[in-house]
Amino acid sequence: MRLSELSQGAESVVQEVEDVVASDPIARRLRDYGFVRGEPVRLVGRGPIGADPLLVQIGFTRFALRRAEAARVIVEDRP
Amino acid sequence: MSDNAAVMRLALVGSPNCGKTALFNLLTGGRQKVANYAGVTVERKEGRFVAPSGRIMRLLDLPGAYSLEAASPDELITRDICLGRFPGEVAPDLIVCVADATNLRLHLRFVLEVRRLGRPMVLALNMMDAARKRGIRIDTGKLEAALGMPVVETVAVRRGGAAALVGQLDGALPSAAAADQAGDLHEQVRAMIAEAVSMPRRTAATDDAIDRIVLHPMLGLGLLAIVMFLIFQAVFSWAEPLMEGIEVGVGTLGAWVGAGLESMPLLQSLVVDGIFAGVGGVLVFLPQILILFLFILALEESGYLPRAAFLLDRLMYKAGLTGRSFIPLLSSFACAIPGIMATRSIQDPRDRLTTILVAPLMTCSARLPVYALLIAAFIPQRTVAGIFNLQGIVLFSLYVAGVVSALAVAWVIKWIRRDKSEHALLMELPSYRIPHPRDIAIGLWERGMIFLKRVGGIILSLTIILWFLSSFPGPPEGATEPAINYSFAGQLGHGLHALFAPIGFNWQICIALVPGLAAREVAVSSLATVYALSGNEAGLQAIVATQWSMATAFSLLAWYVFAPMCLSTLATVRRETNSWRQVWIMAGYLFALAYLASFLTYQITRAMSA
Repeated sequence: MRLSELSQGAESVVQEVEDVVASDPIARRLRDYGFVRGEPVRLVGRGPIGADPLLVQIGFTRFALRRAEAARVIVEDRP
Repeated sequence: MSDNAAVMRLALVGSPNCGKTALFNLLTGGRQKVANYAGVTVERKEGRFVAPSGRIMRLLDLPGAYSLEAASPDELITRDICLGRFPGEVAPDLIVCVADATNLRLHLRFVLEVRRLGRPMVLALNMMDAARKRGIRIDTGKLEAALGMPVVETVAVRRGGAAALVGQLDGALPSAAAADQAGDLHEQVRAMIAEAVSMPRRTAATDDAIDRIVLHPMLGLGLLAIVMFLIFQAVFSWAEPLMEGIEVGVGTLGAWVGAGLESMPLLQSLVVDGIFAGVGGVLVFLPQILILFLFILALEESGYLPRAAFLLDRLMYKAGLTGRSFIPLLSSFACAIPGIMATRSIQDPRDRLTTILVAPLMTCSARLPVYALLIAAFIPQRTVAGIFNLQGIVLFSLYVAGVVSALAVAWVIKWIRRDKSEHALLMELPSYRIPHPRDIAIGLWERGMIFLKRVGGIILSLTIILWFLSSFPGPPEGATEPAINYSFAGQLGHGLHALFAPIGFNWQICIALVPGLAAREVAVSSLATVYALSGNEAGLQAIVATQWSMATAFSLLAWYVFAPMCLSTLATVRRETNSWRQVWIMAGYLFALAYLASFLTYQITRAMSA
């Protein structure tokens, strides 16, 4: 499943980051930020309008990602 | 530049929010030089300090970067300077890499990337106080062994918090880091953290608690509205006495200097009516700008502003902006110039350009004198719905009109571009911190100086030109009309009258618009001059109230919501975008909107009041 599909407060583990376009700069940036295989990730919160952007905890850091950005991150399926 | 062996060049690098600038401020104090790198609008900050051994240290604060893959001009510069490849910059003798001790998972990867450059380097583990408070334990010995470089602990917000770092820098130069290219950096970081760091909790409990309120969909937006309201309240109420003081001070000084030039009326007029009036007109906005920046800096240092950007991102994104536009647009309420310069924090070039183009629609403090004059003259002091003041409501509506039109213009720009490609947000929300007074003071000083230098320079030269236009040629013998009427500015004003008659402007307004080109607020004093020289003894407000129609007054109010005529802003846009085309686009669309809004306002008000 995708990071953008996690429910609020849910945790999972990153599998990979997909390139949406060839050598996707946003995907590369996400990998630099630590969205790499095996990294635990948590959906901490959502923005007030349209539940966008998403507040995501990766490593020791929190990032604000828009839904389209978070959708690049494939995470392990969790019940 | 005179260099000798005793001078050591240091470059400070690190990811954003690692406390690098606070460390730079602690090391160098106020001894900093701020400029731009040659050919780009990336800020270059250099400072110096003397080490205990007497060695002079020249410290360059490089732009913050998450990666050296050069996704942005900032990162390109950081990489090229570290490598000594940037034209006009000497390679540093030593790289001081700064990492937040509480955020090592993210920052160590960047340290490893810098290490790959194969230059001598030192790691400063910053914010060790916060790390200890959170129970994070770091074995610096193990980290040194794993990284192959000296590691020192620093607390940038504490006096003496960089003593260990200075001691390290003052010693022998460490050998260049091993430039190993192999291996996955993330894997290496994980191994180092497992080896050298023990962390009871991945996040700070206080951050979680504060974020639960600040980022709450309802409470968060409510809190943001309250914070904004309090800021504006403070900007206008605290600045008032200071502004009056500056006005009186400049006026007194001008009169005193003018008295000394009594024998040379022409020079006296230039100095008093031109230079003192013009420069005073700019200086008077300094208190508002500094108070607004005091809040912006405090909120930025504390970590709140990225949260505000998070809350507003969706709304701004819909309009073709980004949450990151929030800070520059907020600054633009004081003055569009620092606002436009603050857009440097927006990495996406298209988002940045859109933000620059709409920044002048935020109601800057220079419009207030015009609003205040017209509202006092035409809007009755009446209480509405028991608690609201009608004049206050009108002023508030003018602010709202600016914000709404900015969103609309941004949306139109997005629509014209038909840009379907993705703009990134990808924004770090750093830990909350208590801002350090030294960092705020230095930030305020920098912004104040930039404002005074740039605007002062432009305004000074323009006021001299406009003084010339308004003073020459002098009135003929036996002239009955005010002197300005016969001048170049007067002729221009009369010429413009044909253009502005459909929106209800009389010739006096047209003349006032000419000097108003330099700074909006000058229009009020120009109107006063025109009417005063016409032999009107009453105050300007009384003249306006009796001689203007309501339609004309409302039309001028609408004009000032959009009013393009601020040459200093246009000059700043030229500087920041490096393009005359953007300047013309901005001036053109603002003029068109101003004309259209005034035309509609004038015609509708006239039809309704007829």
